[in-house]
Amino acid sequence: MVLEWQVFLNDDGGGRTYLQWMLEAWSWTLGVAVAAWCVAIPCGAAIGVMRTLQGAPFLARVGQIWVELFRNIPLLVQIFLWYFVLPKLFPVMQQFSSFWLVVLALGLFTSARIAEQFRAGIESLPKGQRYAAMALGFKTWQLYWYVLLPAALRVIMPPLTSESMNLLKNSSVAFAVSITELTMFAMQAQEETSKGVEVYLAVTFLYMISALTINRLFSWIEASLRIPGQSAAKSTTLSAGH
Amino acid sequence: MLNLDVSFINWDLFHQFILKGLLFSLELTAVASLGGLFFGTLLALLRLSDSKILRAIAASYVNGMRSIPLVMVILWFYLLIPVFIGKSIGAEWSAFITFVAFEAAFFCEIMRAGIESVSKGQRMAAQALGMSYAQSMQLIVLPQAFRNMVPVLLTQTIVLFQDTSLVYAIGAYDLLKGFVTAGRIYGRPEEVYLLAAVVYFVLCFGLSSVVKQLQRRLSLS
Repeated sequence: MVLEWQVFLNDDGGGRTYLQWMLEAWSWTLGVAVAAWCVAIPCGAAIGVMRTLQGAPFLARVGQIWVELFRNIPLLVQIFLWYFVLPKLFPVMQQFSSFWLVVLALGLFTSARIAEQFRAGIESLPKGQRYAAMALGFKTWQLYWYVLLPAALRVIMPPLTSESMNLLKNSSVAFAVSITELTMFAMQAQEETSKGVEVYLAVTFLYMISALTINRLFSWIEASLRIPGQSAAKSTTLSAGH
Repeated sequence: MLNLDVSFINWDLFHQFILKGLLFSLELTAVASLGGLFFGTLLALLRLSDSKILRAIAASYVNGMRSIPLVMVILWFYLLIPVFIGKSIGAEWSAFITFVAFEAAFFCEIMRAGIESVSKGQRMAAQALGMSYAQSMQLIVLPQAFRNMVPVLLTQTIVLFQDTSLVYAIGAYDLLKGFVTAGRIYGRPEEVYLLAAVVYFVLCFGLSSVVKQLQRRLSLS
């Protein structure tokens, strides 16, 4: 089979080449992923912390419901809910563009997973850390901000890395609500040019570089955060994923 | 404010649209997890073998599958299968093959971690007793590894069940497609999407509670 890469120089009918279109689609993919990441990390950290608070069973319960709710409904269904149902229930949301609806859907979906990692990270720390900080008179927020979170963050860097890569991959589901990200581009360009193999190869390649970049970036952050003498957590723990 | 009207939801709707989709989603989950388990175990054994080439081949397959989005994998297989076998096999069959191939990569990693969790001394002891590689794997290592892996494998199966909704990309008639179709025909997409969320939640939450209980029981021993 001969690959005909010149298909990327053809005009897509709108005054741009397929190559230009693909690069625009790539920027949408990265845009959705980065924005969703910015939603997922703070939400995930907050929910994870809520689930580990001592003497606040109500907050822990809320955190648990949050996690179960976002974890047990397929992402595609959640995106449909955000896109079709919530704007009807809350008219305010009709002003949101589909980009932001997808970002919220993907961000909150991922936040449930990140919350579990923060919780596991905090629970993996020796109890003495918490008690020592309390004995020193730390308030709860100080206890978390100065003692538990900095230590937990270093423990959960490996799973956080793979969750960030998952987030990038999951952004592909945005095709379902017509965001012209890479997967949508792949489907449309395949249909228009009938050069499916070339188009899919290029898109797959872009996904792989993006994932690799995230991986390298996080390894670098992990290495620069590492406390001398402390060994990194083993990353071969048993976990499910997609 | 939207007025939700759920009065149209009755047994007929389930019978006509949803059951067919649910059945396909469950079949796909079952085939993909059993097939994934089989090929995943083979891949894991390759990844842990002594041959450098076999290790490299298995590793690149697994890492390749894991670094691209499932939707792209679904699209790839849908595009390529007809090219290789010379005729179109339809979205449903394509989905079966795709999910087995995709899940094999994920089950492989769970297997590998499970096999590595069995201490080396076990295999050495088996070797010292004169067992062959196949015997030591089959009789000593894999039974223990499976025990460690069961909860994770089941959790992965629940994730897999949720992921089957992505066959939407190639138009296969799964549980989600059943809801979408019903919503279109009854002209009430909002209620039907909510119903879809409830049904998926009940199924997945129920199953994961069972897995949690099982995990507790297994960890006691």
